[in-house]
Amino acid sequence: MPQLVKRAIVFIAALAIVACTKDSTDEPGADDAYTATPLPLKAPALFGQLLPVPTIPADNPQTVEGVALGKKLFFDPILSADNTLACADCHKPANAFTDSRQFSIGITGSPGFRNSMPLYNFAWNSSQKFNWDGSATSLEKQAFEPLRNPVEMNNTWPNAVASLQDDGEYPILFEAAFGTQTIDSVKVTKAIAQFLRTLVSGNSKFDRHLLGLETLTESEQNGFEIFMDESRGDCFHCHGDRNNPLWTDNSFHNNGLDSEFADPGLGGVTGDPQQMGLFKSPSLRNLAYTAPYMHDGRFQTLEEVIDHYSEGLVYSPTIDPLMKTVAEGGVQLSVQEKADLKAFLLTLSDPEFISNPDFQQ
Amino acid sequence: MRTFALLALAALTLVSCKDVDEDIPLRTLNFTQNWDGEPFSQADLATTAFVNENNDTLDISRLRYLISKVRLENSKGTVFQLDDYQLVDVSNENSLTVTPSAYIPNGTYTMTFVYGFDQQDNIDGAYPDLNSVGWSWPDMLGGGYHFMQMDGTYDLDAAIPKPYNFHNGTARVSNGVFEANHISFSIPEVRVRGRGIIEIQMNIAEWFRMPYTWVLDDYNTSLMPNYEAQKLMNENGASVFAVVTE
Repeated sequence: MPQLVKRAIVFIAALAIVACTKDSTDEPGADDAYTATPLPLKAPALFGQLLPVPTIPADNPQTVEGVALGKKLFFDPILSADNTLACADCHKPANAFTDSRQFSIGITGSPGFRNSMPLYNFAWNSSQKFNWDGSATSLEKQAFEPLRNPVEMNNTWPNAVASLQDDGEYPILFEAAFGTQTIDSVKVTKAIAQFLRTLVSGNSKFDRHLLGLETLTESEQNGFEIFMDESRGDCFHCHGDRNNPLWTDNSFHNNGLDSEFADPGLGGVTGDPQQMGLFKSPSLRNLAYTAPYMHDGRFQTLEEVIDHYSEGLVYSPTIDPLMKTVAEGGVQLSVQEKADLKAFLLTLSDPEFISNPDFQQ
Repeated sequence: MRTFALLALAALTLVSCKDVDEDIPLRTLNFTQNWDGEPFSQADLATTAFVNENNDTLDISRLRYLISKVRLENSKGTVFQLDDYQLVDVSNENSLTVTPSAYIPNGTYTMTFVYGFDQQDNIDGAYPDLNSVGWSWPDMLGGGYHFMQMDGTYDLDAAIPKPYNFHNGTARVSNGVFEANHISFSIPEVRVRGRGIIEIQMNIAEWFRMPYTWVLDDYNTSLMPNYEAQKLMNENGASVFAVVTE
């Protein structure tokens, strides 16, 4: 057999062997053989017991150095075009990482058109759709957008990367996190996403109640039963239950706010006429800190929110059939039922989360 | 000889890349839906109008249901597990197909499955993937999980169509007294061969047909705590499912 043919056959066999090696290039740090210090995500006891394992991308594992870098970036206005606005300015720790203003104000002084979303428990978002309209399909992709949004940081990625590269400290931090001092947008968003995944809220009064550590008041217990009763509040179909400590279904619904839509929500992303006016169910955790409410921050108080579902529902063609009492304007709760429901909702707030030193600047 | 050996090495190595041996028949378990034979898929959600047995016009904007304990048993009594449980969500194509891991030879079987969870499996909070997608059944109604969630509107010619929430699960008889409400199916003479595709079909129209002709004006929303409605769903469910293979 000619030598050339033999070599060709051996080459094919070698290629086949290489082809059988799965995902070798997907291993963290495989590009440069650098691996930062692993930092396992801390899951509250109930999460570990009741929820699927957290979603952490294979190409962006949690690391001590990556989280530290992400935290610094999150609180640093260097990412904005004029060095005046940080992520944390519209996602404040004291407000469970949302904004107490209806619309956040960007660096040009212009407001956005949706209420800033609170930030927590992202690793358990089973749909992996982020933002009110589901426009981001990963946390990393979500982190990519605000920097270049004209009504937010109004920057460009090349400009932001240049600012970071010229900084005396950042190249060293990126090297610690990713093994290289060469900064790019992918590494920036990866680091921010790592920090965001550490924002875990799982120690509310209701969590402790489920763990047998605390007792609900009669009003709070009544409120929970209203929440779970299909004939009264019927909140649980979209907002979870005692077996879903996320308190959201991570899905999208038209909850009867308007007859016509100034903001198409999910339908604006998908183009599907049946999804016009659908927005993500927000988690009901930390409502004590996250006013105003709804995708456009139209309600200042929880009382207004409850009134909406009780008497304020408005019909539109895409309204969710779960808003079953729209013909009567809502579920018609009594004054006492409303008070009890609010009392229960407040048991889902987690004071430890907003004061956690790991989450402060 | 050496040439043959090298060629054999190359071929063997390529073959070894496959996850399974080609001699082992791969089976696919599909969950499909239809309305009296017309396929119902994601594109039909909230868009296609149907007329049920009672001549109500309706659409379906959400359809999810749970099938569990899907098994094949041959004449020797050997049981092959196809699926522990599957939450079928018409809006999620990934939920419509399962590839069983078990080796299943060609043959004729009795196929069994459960619509919903039986009492042994309907354990409150036991399934993390179901917990996180709003599938729990309230504790005050017996706990565990939904068996089906079909939401939509009816009376479509009205200016404002009326909503219905056809939700099925454990039936609450009275305070603290509950009744299992799953349906167990046993389909004889299921032939598995050829492409190895096993399909569990749901004819949605049957939910509204018999023995009870469903009147949506009588039973539309808040059906979960309604014992009578829960048992009527259970009775109508007996004719909903069929199995085909190819």
